[in-house]
Amino acid sequence: MNSLIRFSTRVMRPGSILCRQRCLLDGQASAVVTRFLSETPKSSDLSELVKKDKVVVFMKGTPAQPMCGFSNAVVQILRMHGVDKYTSFNVLEDQDLRQGVKNFSNWPTIPQVYFNGEFFGGCDILLQMHQNGDLVDELKKLGIRSALLDVDNNEQKK
Amino acid sequence: MAITAEYIKDKLTKSVGAIHVEVEDTSANRCSTSFKVLVVSSQFDGKSLLQRHRMVNSCLAEELKEIHAFEQKTLTPEQWEAQKAK
Repeated sequence: MNSLIRFSTRVMRPGSILCRQRCLLDGQASAVVTRFLSETPKSSDLSELVKKDKVVVFMKGTPAQPMCGFSNAVVQILRMHGVDKYTSFNVLEDQDLRQGVKNFSNWPTIPQVYFNGEFFGGCDILLQMHQNGDLVDELKKLGIRSALLDVDNNEQKK
Repeated sequence: MAITAEYIKDKLTKSVGAIHVEVEDTSANRCSTSFKVLVVSSQFDGKSLLQRHRMVNSCLAEELKEIHAFEQKTLTPEQWEAQKAK
């Protein structure tokens, strides 16, 4: 186990291309290389993760199977606005990511929602902005048309 | 020291000049320390939801390390009155 950690630690250093080739030969090490190991993810790594998509959610579980009421609430609210395709990260699968994202955003809880790489808030904020109508405007700024606008239009036509 | 609703209420009242604070201990629902709070303060005036929530988070920075789940609602006195009127 120790040799595995030393192996992988060397790979994480910049310029360690040679080590990467050796790692690929070792089936076990190759899986570890792609993970953040025992180190908390660097903020530079997280700053890349949060920009992967217009909407990025750090949650417990997945959008298909949320593992917490608050994470589920975020998924459901986004779904109501027609936002079904976004990038999500399951912090339950990665304890380093779970703590790392809290440090990065200086926010103590999960779920965390990022819009265009900027921290937007957690479940409470998303819910309140959904209830007061502001979420529709926020999505518009991202170039996303909320599905609720179409619902309103349909109702007005009746 | 165990974190209690009273302790949180006290701390929030002092640090954000809250005129009204409600703290509900929701731990029983979640099998771990969790709280739901309502904070009404004029210091929230002109601040976005995120800024308000960060003020509350700063006040309870130490406690939040122990608290597993935390819900918060932050209102200005005007918003609080409007809500009560409904």
